[in-house]
Amino acid sequence: MSSYIANTENEVKEMLAVLKISSIEDLFQDIKPRHAPQSFDVPQGKSEFEVVQHLRGLAAKNLSGIIPFLGGGYYDHYVPAAVSALASRGEFYTAYTPYQSECSQGTLQALYEYQSSICTLTGMEVSNASLYDGGSALYEAVMMALRITKRTKVVMSAGVSPIYRKILKTYTYNLNFDFQESSVVHGHSNREEIYKLLDKDTACVVLQNPNFFGAVDDHSDIVNKAREKNILVIESVYPVSLGLLKTPGEMDVDIVTGEGQSLGLPLNFGGPYLGFIATKKKYIRKLPGRIVGETTDIHGQRCFVNTLQAREQHIRREKATSNICTNVALCALQAVIYMALIGKQGFKELAQLNLDKAEFAKKVLDEIKGVEVKKGTPTFNEFTVALSRDASEVTEAMIEKGFAAGFPLGRYYPDMARHMIIAVTEKRTRQEILDFAGALDAVLNG
Amino acid sequence: MELIFEKSVEGRQGYRNPCGDIPTRTQLPSGLLRKNECDLPEVSELEVVRHYTNLSQLNFSLDTHFYPLGSCTMKYNPKFTESVAQIPGFSELHPLLPQLRNGEKFTQGALEVLYNMDCLLCEITGMDAFTMQPLAGAHGELTGVMMMAAYHNAKGNKKKYILVPDSAHGTNPATAATVGYEIISIPSDAHGVMDMGILKQKLSHEVAGVMLTSPNTHGVFNPQIDQVAELVHAVDGLMYYDGANLNAVLARCRPGDVGFDIVHINLHKTFGTPHGGGGPGSGPVGVKESLTRFLPISRVEKKADDTYSLNYDYPDSIGYIASLYGNFSIILRAYAYILMLGKEGLMAVSDHAVLNANYIQKRLKPYYKVAYDRICMHECVLSAENQASQGVHAVDIAKFLIDKGIHPPTVYFPLTVKESIMIEPTETESKRTMDLFIQAMIEADALSKKDPDRFKVLPQTTPVTRPDEVRAARELKTNYFQ
Repeated sequence: MSSYIANTENEVKEMLAVLKISSIEDLFQDIKPRHAPQSFDVPQGKSEFEVVQHLRGLAAKNLSGIIPFLGGGYYDHYVPAAVSALASRGEFYTAYTPYQSECSQGTLQALYEYQSSICTLTGMEVSNASLYDGGSALYEAVMMALRITKRTKVVMSAGVSPIYRKILKTYTYNLNFDFQESSVVHGHSNREEIYKLLDKDTACVVLQNPNFFGAVDDHSDIVNKAREKNILVIESVYPVSLGLLKTPGEMDVDIVTGEGQSLGLPLNFGGPYLGFIATKKKYIRKLPGRIVGETTDIHGQRCFVNTLQAREQHIRREKATSNICTNVALCALQAVIYMALIGKQGFKELAQLNLDKAEFAKKVLDEIKGVEVKKGTPTFNEFTVALSRDASEVTEAMIEKGFAAGFPLGRYYPDMARHMIIAVTEKRTRQEILDFAGALDAVLNG
Repeated sequence: MELIFEKSVEGRQGYRNPCGDIPTRTQLPSGLLRKNECDLPEVSELEVVRHYTNLSQLNFSLDTHFYPLGSCTMKYNPKFTESVAQIPGFSELHPLLPQLRNGEKFTQGALEVLYNMDCLLCEITGMDAFTMQPLAGAHGELTGVMMMAAYHNAKGNKKKYILVPDSAHGTNPATAATVGYEIISIPSDAHGVMDMGILKQKLSHEVAGVMLTSPNTHGVFNPQIDQVAELVHAVDGLMYYDGANLNAVLARCRPGDVGFDIVHINLHKTFGTPHGGGGPGSGPVGVKESLTRFLPISRVEKKADDTYSLNYDYPDSIGYIASLYGNFSIILRAYAYILMLGKEGLMAVSDHAVLNANYIQKRLKPYYKVAYDRICMHECVLSAENQASQGVHAVDIAKFLIDKGIHPPTVYFPLTVKESIMIEPTETESKRTMDLFIQAMIEADALSKKDPDRFKVLPQTTPVTRPDEVRAARELKTNYFQ
C-alpha cells in the first residue's frame, strides 16, 4: 500500500471484528448511492522515484542560473544553511498550532523571540506571531485602523506596492470604504495631496518605506499632521532596510507591516512568505492573529502561551478581529533563526552592503547612454531608472543575456513605460554589476 | 529555557556577510538613519543551532508523537515532499519573472505544477475550476465568500445573511462577517447534523448562502446533504463547502456532485503537507461553472501550443486576493503527494481514516460518553461529562495524555458538545499506536474515579506544567524588550 497506511490486512480484520461489521464499506452507509462521484479520474499512483523524476523534469523547465536584479518587494538575499537545517527539524515542522502549551514550548518560545525581534527591528512595542504575507498584513492593518477609529476613509500613497493596493481593493469591495490615492512627487509621498485628503472621516494614511520606486523617506511630518486629526499612520517596510533606516517606531507610526520574505525565506515562486505586523501596546487588543505571551506555570517557572485568544475566531466567531486561523509559524521560525544568525552587528553590515552595492550600480548604470538613474531622493537597495526605450522590451532582451534586469513599471504605472526598478542585494558582486551594465549598454546602444 | 537574547554577548558574531567588493561606503543623510540600536542577539552559529535544536525538543510533533488532534488531520507528512520542495529550480524562482514580457517561458515548470493541480483538484472535488492563490484555509473561505458576494451583486440579488451550523469552525462565521454578511447560526439535531426544520424556517431570499463542512465537525456525514442544496438553491443561495474534512470522503462523495458551488481545500489536511507549528497552510478554492468568471486573477492557463501562461484578463474577477500565485512550495508538496498516492491511494486514505476513528470510538464507548452514538467518519467526538462529574475535565485528560507521550486530541471543540474530546487518528497511524492511546484513555477514566485531584498537577514529564493563562493575558508581556 502506497498511502503511508500502516494497518495490515490482519489488523483491519481485527478492527472490523471489534466494530462487528464485515467490511469497511459498512462504515460509509450515510453516503447514499445518489451521492457517489460522477467520476474520479485521478491517475494511478507512482513510486517516490517516479514522482521525483517528474518534478525534477518540471524544475528543469524553469530558468535557472539567471542573475537577478529583480526585486519589486521580493529579494534575492543569501539564506545561511543553518536556517533550513533547523527549520527542517520534524519537531518544528510537523507540529501544529501550540494549543497545548506544555508540549509546544519550543514553538511558543521561538514565536515569542520572533515577536521580540520584529519589535526591536521596527522600533515598535508589540508584534503578533505572523500573518500570511506582506499584502495580507497590510490589509489586516487597514482593517485594524478602521476598527480603532470607527471611520471609513483610507488615504494611500501611490508609492505603496501596486500589488498590495490591488489586494486592498479586492478585500474591501463589499464594505463601502472610501479609498483615496495620493500621488508621488520626485519619488516621495506627495505631502500636499495627502494633507488635503485628511478629514474627520479618515481612519488612516498608508505609506511604504522605501516605497515601490525605492525612495527612502522620513514620514515623521505626515505622522504629526495625521495626529492632529486622530488619524492613524500605517507603514509597510522592507525589513532588511531597517538595519540602517529610521524605524517606524522612531517616526511614531501606529501600525507597521511588511513582507518578511527577505528574512531568510527562499523566493519559492511566491510563497510561502511571511507577513509581519507590529503596533503600539495600546492597540494590542485590536491586533489580528495569534500572539504569544510570557507567563509562569504552577511551579513559578517562566513559560509561554498563546494569549488574548478572546480576539480570535475560534472563540469569538463572527465578532473576531480577523478570520485568520493558521498563520505562518514555520516562516516566522525561519525569520527568527535568520535574524539570530545574522545578529546585531551583521544586520547593520548587511544593510550597508546592500546600500553600497546599489549605489555602485547606480553610478555605473548612470554612465550608460539611454539610462537615467532617477536622483533627488535617497534610495536603499532598489532604485528607478528611465530608459531610452520601452522597459519591457529591455528586460526581455536582458533575459536572453542572462539577467533578470528589473521590474518594468509600465505594468502598474501606465505613464512610466520607459521606467524600471532595479534591485541590488548583497549577493551581487562588483563583477556581476559591471557585466550587467555592459549587457544593458549592448541592449540599448549595441 | 533561556531566551536567545539572554545568551547574547556583546561583540560576538555568528555570521560573515559576503565580502564588500565595493570600495566606497555610502552615507545616507543622518535624518534618514535609525538612532536606536536594533538589539538582535549577538551569538555564535553553534549557539543558534543548539538553542533552536533544544527548543525543538520541547515540542510534541507528528514525527515524534501520536497527534490525534481532531479537525486538524495530523497525518504523516512524507519526507520526499520536503525534498522536492527544495529543488533549486523551484525554490530559487523569482515570482515576478513571469510578469516580465515573455517571462512566462522561463517559469513553465512552475506554471505547469499550478495548472496540473487545478485539474487534479477539479477531478477530486467535482468542481469546474480552481484558484491556487489562497494562502490558508481561512483565506480560501474569504476568497470563496467574496466570490459569493460577486455572484449576487452581478445578479442584482439583495442578500444579507449567511447560514452557518453551530458545529462549524469559527473561521466560517468570522469570514462571512469579514465580507459584510450577517450570520444566522443553525443548531444541530439529535443526529449531529444541521436541523432541517430550522434551516427551512431561516431560509429566505435574503440568504446569500450556507457554509457547511461535510462530514461535519461532529464527524457525521449528513445523508440529506443534496436536499439541503436543493432548498438553498431554490432561494438562489449558494452552497459553500469547507473542505476541512474532505479527507473522509475521497472518491466516495465529491462536493461538486451533491450541490456545492464553492469549495475550499486545506492542502495541509487532506493532502499531507506539514502544519509547520501553525502554518503556512494553503487553501485552494474551486467553483462551479456559474462562478468561474469571478475567480481571482491571475489564472494559470494552458495554451494551444501546450505552454502555460498567466491570464489577468477577467473583467468580472474579484481581483487580487494574494500578491502572487499562492503558497507555491506547499502546493508543490501536495502535488507530489497526490501523484504518488494516485486514485487507489486516495481512496485508501478515507477508508483507513474512517476505520481508525470508528475503532477508537467503539473501544472508548464503555468509558466515555459518545457525543453522537452512531458510525462516525474520520473523527469521533467524545465527551468527558462523566469524568467531569468527578471533577476531571477534558483539559485534565489532555494533560494526563501528555504524560503518556501522546499529544492530546482537540478539546472544547466543537462548541456544541460539553467537555468535548475530538479524536482524529488519521489513516497513517497503526492499530498498535491506537491501542496504546486507547489504553491511556481508559487509565485516565479509571484515575478520574480513584484520584481526581491528581490531575491538577499534570503533566509532570514536560518542562512546564499548567501555564497561568490568566496572568499572561493580564500582564501582556509579548516582547522581551518591553
